[in-house]
Amino acid sequence: MGERDVKKVPLLRGKSVFNLFFENSTRTRTTFEIAAKRLSADVINLNVSTSSTAKGESLLDTIDNLAAMNADMFVVRHAQSGAPHLIARHVKPHIHVINAGDGRHAHPTQGLLDAYTIRHYKKDFSGIAVAIVGDILHSRVARSLIHVLRALGTADVRAIAPQTLLPTGVEALGVRVCHEMTAGLRDADVIVMLRLQNERMRGPLLPSAQEFAKTYGLSVEKLAVAKPDAIVMHPGPMNRGVEIDSAVADGRQSVILPQVTFGIAVRMAVMSILASS
Amino acid sequence: MTHFSVVNGRLIDPRNGTDRTLDLHVRDGRIAGIGPRPANFAGAQTYDASGCLVIPGLVDVAVRLREPGLEYKATLHSELLAAVAGGVTTVACLPDTDPPLDEPGLVEMLKHRARLLNLAHVFPLGALTAKLGGERLTEMAELSDAGCVGFSHADAPLVDTQVLYRALQYAATFGFKVWLRPQDPFLSRNGVAHDGEVATRLGLPGIPSAAETIALDTILRLVRITGAAVHICRLSTAEAVDMLRAAKRDGLPVTCDVAACHLHLCDADIGYFDPMMHLIPPLRTPADRAALRGGLADGTIDAICSDHRPVDEDAKHLPFGESEPGASGLELLLPLALKWGREERRPLSEVVARITSHAARVLGREQDAGHLSHGAPADLCIVDPEAEYTVTAETLKSQGKNTPFIGVRLAGRVRGTFVSGQQVYSVEGPLNGA
Repeated sequence: MGERDVKKVPLLRGKSVFNLFFENSTRTRTTFEIAAKRLSADVINLNVSTSSTAKGESLLDTIDNLAAMNADMFVVRHAQSGAPHLIARHVKPHIHVINAGDGRHAHPTQGLLDAYTIRHYKKDFSGIAVAIVGDILHSRVARSLIHVLRALGTADVRAIAPQTLLPTGVEALGVRVCHEMTAGLRDADVIVMLRLQNERMRGPLLPSAQEFAKTYGLSVEKLAVAKPDAIVMHPGPMNRGVEIDSAVADGRQSVILPQVTFGIAVRMAVMSILASS
Repeated sequence: MTHFSVVNGRLIDPRNGTDRTLDLHVRDGRIAGIGPRPANFAGAQTYDASGCLVIPGLVDVAVRLREPGLEYKATLHSELLAAVAGGVTTVACLPDTDPPLDEPGLVEMLKHRARLLNLAHVFPLGALTAKLGGERLTEMAELSDAGCVGFSHADAPLVDTQVLYRALQYAATFGFKVWLRPQDPFLSRNGVAHDGEVATRLGLPGIPSAAETIALDTILRLVRITGAAVHICRLSTAEAVDMLRAAKRDGLPVTCDVAACHLHLCDADIGYFDPMMHLIPPLRTPADRAALRGGLADGTIDAICSDHRPVDEDAKHLPFGESEPGASGLELLLPLALKWGREERRPLSEVVARITSHAARVLGREQDAGHLSHGAPADLCIVDPEAEYTVTAETLKSQGKNTPFIGVRLAGRVRGTFVSGQQVYSVEGPLNGA
């Protein structure tokens, strides 16, 4: 669709999509906005910091007020795991709710676009080895990705992180834990680097960004132990020089920018499927 | 005063080893006779308890009445009504009110207001430290004179081990009992669910079992040094049960309880972020639940309590991590205890003991509560153990409708409750005088 001249289809014409982002995100919100507008929907972005939430209005009251303005679809990002589930249980059945990321729990459209990306370059899910590297403890991207990979039949999923950044019992999600990055990257077909948030880089979880970069950052040398045609992914935004070196991010194996493009198509598909159900 | 008889019921009084069909006779607020009718009982009102159990009024060692200060969640009146509807005639209430129960005047006022209501007996637990701040001791002797039966730190962190040590020493000086819920505040910081596979999958910050066991170890070691009598509140881990078993074997002066919810639920019951399952301590694994059930059966755990925490609806209509933890449970203590007994095939008298005589002993009230001896206060309830009902917001008398058991069918319905010989509750139905 990116190559078409007229980028719009009328699937959501006349529908109101409310982007309700309680956590900052220009990237995801923008891609959802673009996706909705390509489907001809009317998009309203709710800026939470200046909204009534800052004045103490409860989440469900905010939702009720927006629903009263004839919202057809909410795209919700919230710092609390389970917030979209609460909203979905609360709103009338004809209002659709899309989870754009809830706490550490899930980022389903990211998981789908990551799967779409892998399928685009690797075709088959069952025979590949996928390495997920970084702060898995706090990552909804990692959880959704693991979920979708296991559902699609990927047997070899490696979680590479220091113990402080791995959630308890992570093996039960269907991954193999590797504390040593080189061992974990060996012969991998897909490497997914996770963003390390600033607040994690010092304190009881990690001593410094520098030590993290040295032990768990993706350099050209470490990339070399993976398969020669391995692809490198990142949900963005990147911390260049921390979890990923520029040479890798801008290198020939990086598919980070195509991920963004695919993300719009995947989100359009999700919205269309919901709207027609 | 009135005299009356409760006839044809199965009288279960664990303290006196009674479990058979026996009539019970009450005069002037006390048990006047068991079995044959006493003299001068002609014309007494008779309650027919056929098909029912007649048991001591339940003793619930962990109830939040929310007064003073938190009346938007519940009031003394609403919760004591809920208590007697659940067959509970004695409650111990926690000091984390607003203001906390750290002044004798507050305790006196609370006891006075409860007495005026003429419903269940209320025994306050005083605050162990001033304002529950974990720094200064409270006037425990004064608070005890005002009516406190023990000293608790509720859910407030008591980080300074020197303070904990001295508080235990001070309490031991007077023979006061200290009530502590073991939870390391650092390991449990920001946690809302048991730190395990379910929390990992749901992306919920976890509270590891070690938060309970590390704190429990500290408490038990200080008990060894000070000889203070301690009640360990709301066990949730298998390891804690083992630690208590060993402590009791070593003769330490410790008792402990488990909340009714933790006998039946586990972390998987959170499902898709059901805030009704947000509890303190968190629901843990099936293995923990099995250990708690086993610990209750072998007597390591002395009593089942409700850990009654009425929460206003708005505070539960929030994302899981932001919702207020706690379940309303006064009225469900009995059916949930019966459910445990039925499933684990325990004798009814043992089940009843865990919510009457043993609970009374934990409170230090075994003289006056939890038994139906001749001369004892006539605190009793008549229960139809087979009567089933579905728990709904409407069936709950508590102002707190926050229970994981909404929509669940339970067995064990209270037909009537008496406190000091006064009928304080009767269900619409066949509990008529003859």
